[in-house]
Amino acid sequence: MRHSRKLAGALYAAPVAAFVLVFFVAPLLLVGRMSASDWPLLVGDRGINLPDNYAGITANPLFWPAVGFTLKYTGIVVVILIGLSLLLALIVADRRKGTGFFRSAYFLPTTLGLASASLLFYGFYSHAIGPLDPLLEALGMEPVSWLGTPTAALWSTVVLIVWKFAGFFMIILLVGLQSIPPEVYEAARLDGANRWQSFWHVTIPLLRPALGLVLILSVTGSLLAFDQFFILTKGGPDNSTVTVVQLIYREAFQRFDLGAAAAISVVVLAALLVLNIVQFRALRKDA
Amino acid sequence: MRFPARVKGAAALAAATALLASACSGGGGGSDDEVVLEGVDDGTTLTMWTRAATEAQSQALVDAYNASHENQIELTVIPTDDYQTRVGTAAGNQELPDLFALDVVFAPNFTTAGAYLDITDRIDALDFADSLAPSHIDVGTVDGAKYLVPHTLDLSVLFWNKDLYAQAGLDPETPPATLAEFAEQARAVDALGGDVSGTFFGGNCGGCYVFTWWPSIWASGAEVMNEDGTESLLDGPEAQEVYATYRGLVEDDAVAPGHAEETGATWTGFFPEGNIGVMPMPSTMLGLMPEDMNIGVAPIPGVDGGESTFVGGDSIGIAANSEHPNQAWDFLRWSLEEEQQVEILAANGDVMARTDLADNEYYAANPNAVVMNDLVQVGRTPYSLNFGQTFNDPQGPWLPLVREAVYGDPGADLGDLNGDVTASLAS
Repeated sequence: MRHSRKLAGALYAAPVAAFVLVFFVAPLLLVGRMSASDWPLLVGDRGINLPDNYAGITANPLFWPAVGFTLKYTGIVVVILIGLSLLLALIVADRRKGTGFFRSAYFLPTTLGLASASLLFYGFYSHAIGPLDPLLEALGMEPVSWLGTPTAALWSTVVLIVWKFAGFFMIILLVGLQSIPPEVYEAARLDGANRWQSFWHVTIPLLRPALGLVLILSVTGSLLAFDQFFILTKGGPDNSTVTVVQLIYREAFQRFDLGAAAAISVVVLAALLVLNIVQFRALRKDA
Repeated sequence: MRFPARVKGAAALAAATALLASACSGGGGGSDDEVVLEGVDDGTTLTMWTRAATEAQSQALVDAYNASHENQIELTVIPTDDYQTRVGTAAGNQELPDLFALDVVFAPNFTTAGAYLDITDRIDALDFADSLAPSHIDVGTVDGAKYLVPHTLDLSVLFWNKDLYAQAGLDPETPPATLAEFAEQARAVDALGGDVSGTFFGGNCGGCYVFTWWPSIWASGAEVMNEDGTESLLDGPEAQEVYATYRGLVEDDAVAPGHAEETGATWTGFFPEGNIGVMPMPSTMLGLMPEDMNIGVAPIPGVDGGESTFVGGDSIGIAANSEHPNQAWDFLRWSLEEEQQVEILAANGDVMARTDLADNEYYAANPNAVVMNDLVQVGRTPYSLNFGQTFNDPQGPWLPLVREAVYGDPGADLGDLNGDVTASLAS
């Protein structure tokens, strides 16, 4: 009896296990093998060359600036995204007239692909076809070089990402807000808590699981940023917006060196793994 | 060496059997490992890839071939930005289509990696072999072995807006003959004010600079690289003169806004709107100009005159792993014949892959196309194994050099930055 239950359990798990094996473990092993090999894109595997690909990572003059930029971008995006999506969630949490419309409106940008959204914003920021500069000029102001300076390029991209993802994170936080029982607020009110106190001492602690999820998703997504910069800035101006994933792409498809690209990928994967473990631990401990 | 003798024996037997079978079937077909110089049309289905940038020309040729031949070609068009990634990955996995075109500057990467079949004998057997766009043939040749033929040509040429020239008091029929005249005329048009600007260029796009500015260096009698493509000469006096000319236009605000951040996605979109006086652009833009726009096309001048062009576009060859090289060659040979070159390419206002056919009815009515076709003879296609990663890569070393020269410190010594370019070329 026990034996057959075990067997049934294994059978139920088998499809997922097979999926993970084929689509995660196998590619992971291949990337590991690539990262240890001299593997030109056009030629294929030329054999192990450890530790050349790993040693070459820090020798790349773009690597440390790319790490720095990726961390700075992640910091900015995560703070703004979480703050804004929490605000939006609080605004649309109560069932009042029109909240359905606003929920849909905030969520709408999420349905667009990131590459499409980036192209849309590229046009938006363009002097030739975009509406922004003619608008500024009509108001008597100087046109702005939206992607022309390092600071402008960074913030123009941040605006795109916040517009694109705030609605998605809002939905996650909204679900979290709605799962808080009203009795808790009632008890707090009876204890004499004002609105700010009940937000800080009731809402935030009970929203922790949802906030944790949003934090992990936004940190991971921002650290792996690629499409938005590839389309909007191509890493420019003057290499000021090169992210780590752009370096991986560059090694593989501009320099035709899959080995070097795989080595950076492995390092990024390891860093993300550590970061996620730390985040999970921290969230669980506090809870 | 890789196969044991027994396997080799079996292979030889199989080959002999195949040969006998083809002889018995009446011949003409030719087995796949036998080179048939005129190609084979036996109803084979062939696969072909091209990038979106040159889709129109490829599609027209493929449609006409499929309509008139037993062989059928299945053309796959891949987004231009994605092409390098797709073809590179397919090459590494031995999954290339029978025929694939390639931006000619990337050709050396693929020919030297063994992705293309050596078609020297086939090319040399063509009656018109000497008339094929010479710079494309040169770039597709490695150690005397030819791998590629020109497929679609895209040249850099100067476009000028005759209406704006007339308004600015310039002779609308006289394009600039020197780079100084170019700057002078751009400033004159820019003085019209309002939405009108003198010129435009893709200031954050390495490939755009290469395509539009290098011809001025060549026309001035200088080189951009040594012959092997391993040493950069882009800090030479002529190159610096070219940079300084454009820098002057930037400082005088004669360049339309947005140049400094233009990554290459929209740089050709400005001129057709009718607000730019004169700028170098791809020849393929000729067919995309508004019909009512009064434009002229001229060669790109050097500092003190002369003329040149960057002969870009796509070369095409047969994949080394193709199982149907004779059938694939049938398409390539046919596409280069006079009828197709004239009736499909020239009729559409495109530049032909051959230099001996300019005297045709379509060009007689299209003087701008004649200007472009004549330039194929004098134009250049630079050769370097590391071209893409040095010049097209947005993180490559060329963009910092040219941006320093145009936007940076005016007294900057370009020697170090040029050294970075050489290091990338030689790596």
